[in-house]
Amino acid sequence: MRARFGSPWLLLLPSIVLLAALFGWPLVRAVVDAFSNDQGFTLDHWRRLFDDPYFLTALRNTLLLIVIVVPIQLVLAVGMALLMQARPRFASGHFYLWCVPLAISELAAGLVWLSIFGNRGYLNSLLVWLGLSQDGVQWLNYQHTGTMLLAVAIAEIWRATSLVFVIVVAGVQMIPRDYDEAAQVFGANFWQRLRHVTLPQLGPSLQVALILRTILALQAFAVAQALTGRDFPLLVGETYEWYSNLQNPAVASAVSLVVLAISLGTAVFYLRTVRAPEGSR
Amino acid sequence: MSERVVLPPIDRAPLRRRRWRAIGVQVACIAVTLFMALPIVLIGLAAVSSRDALNDFPKPLLPGEFSTETLHSFFRATGTMPALGNSVLVGIYTVFWSLVIGAPAGYALARNAFRGKDTYQVFILFVRALPIVVLSVPLATMFLRLDVYDTVFAVTLVHTTLALPTTVLITASIFVAVPADLEEAARVFGCTRWQAARKVVVPMALPGLAASSIFTFVLSWNEILGATIVTLGHRTLPAQVLTTLGEASTAYRFAGGFALIIPALVFIFVMRRYLVNMWGTTLR
Repeated sequence: MRARFGSPWLLLLPSIVLLAALFGWPLVRAVVDAFSNDQGFTLDHWRRLFDDPYFLTALRNTLLLIVIVVPIQLVLAVGMALLMQARPRFASGHFYLWCVPLAISELAAGLVWLSIFGNRGYLNSLLVWLGLSQDGVQWLNYQHTGTMLLAVAIAEIWRATSLVFVIVVAGVQMIPRDYDEAAQVFGANFWQRLRHVTLPQLGPSLQVALILRTILALQAFAVAQALTGRDFPLLVGETYEWYSNLQNPAVASAVSLVVLAISLGTAVFYLRTVRAPEGSR
Repeated sequence: MSERVVLPPIDRAPLRRRRWRAIGVQVACIAVTLFMALPIVLIGLAAVSSRDALNDFPKPLLPGEFSTETLHSFFRATGTMPALGNSVLVGIYTVFWSLVIGAPAGYALARNAFRGKDTYQVFILFVRALPIVVLSVPLATMFLRLDVYDTVFAVTLVHTTLALPTTVLITASIFVAVPADLEEAARVFGCTRWQAARKVVVPMALPGLAASSIFTFVLSWNEILGATIVTLGHRTLPAQVLTTLGEASTAYRFAGGFALIIPALVFIFVMRRYLVNMWGTTLR
């Protein structure tokens, strides 16, 4: 093999420098900021954070949102991918519309669902029109945590299922059709084929989707911000709040480290548990 | 033609089952499509309703009249147009810088086997998995000290960093798809390394690079938290909408939401052929 264009490191270097400067350094800085003040090491910021009534609610809401949203998205996306495999009529039209939310920002998604869940929104109008309710339900009232969670969860599902869908579709396309046909020849029914042929081969795609979606769901905040303001706090929303409105970067860093810890924790957890039973891949 | 052959009765059950299944698939597809499309139609309707129509309750399910009043007042609101300009600028700069820095790295990954390649890839993946929120706060402090806080440049830096890992991974897979033989052939015929890259590799990779650029642009267009934290006056459009949410009227919110969506519709329409390959296979 001839020597190529000097060393490949020459080409990699700019990206390494930029990432180190804008990812590595701030990461160190965030840890230092969260644990120190003018006098040196301190846990004050953490104490303040835990004393804040919003923090634990935000933590609970964030975890609750992930637990509800991610499994639904996974099932929905696999279902949608299978529908595409069945080659329906107007497949490309359906495909286009199913992918549109992919490019819609969290904030826009929140505003979209605000037009539906708002007090004078379309859902309440429909309820009144159908005669199911006098003057609608206050879906986003701060006293109704349940319906707020529902609204935020639906908006998240609407926005982010497309991402899982696209990953799963790519995974399905890479499975050779032979396996499925062989199973069909041997008389396996739809569920058996799904359970024993398709899903095991989708393993790696599902793992990627799981990790990506969980980490992104941890970072969700604009959906809730658009729908409910601070009435339904999420962790990242709290960072924003501490930094922008309460002007306390140190506590903001502390909240962000909590997000970081949970992200890394879940990534490691998924890598261990999901891939291991797959055996040798 | 002697005696009639008795055929066994035709079993129509599998055929019927097939037809029912096809109908089921159709119905399910339509249901999913309604779930995905209806909200967009609804906010579109809200954005073209007049202020009075938005305050009506219960709303008619189809608006009686269309009005540009809502969208008009959104675009005339203070800050909207400059923020729109900032968003476009930041997007373009981000695309440029992430390509200039990311594409060579992707090329190096695609064409070379070298020690440390795995380490580099793990590094890239790790960076991808880091939440932006951890970085935004220290970056804001850093930008304040460097005197670039609240500039388009600062947001560009943040977005370039965010987009870079994906750009490296996507361009790597694009360059892998360009056969190395062609490059070798060009060199046999006397091109230098650099000429071969410019005259053979880049033209062949161009559609892929364009797709990757659009992807980067959308990423930057949609990013909110970083843009909000490192700016104060020079906000991007989503950051502007987010920070004015508190005091904004309903009309402003719906018009803002709709304005943020329009590029998404265009983008996915342009990109539908590339979607699966780009997100699906390169995000793993």
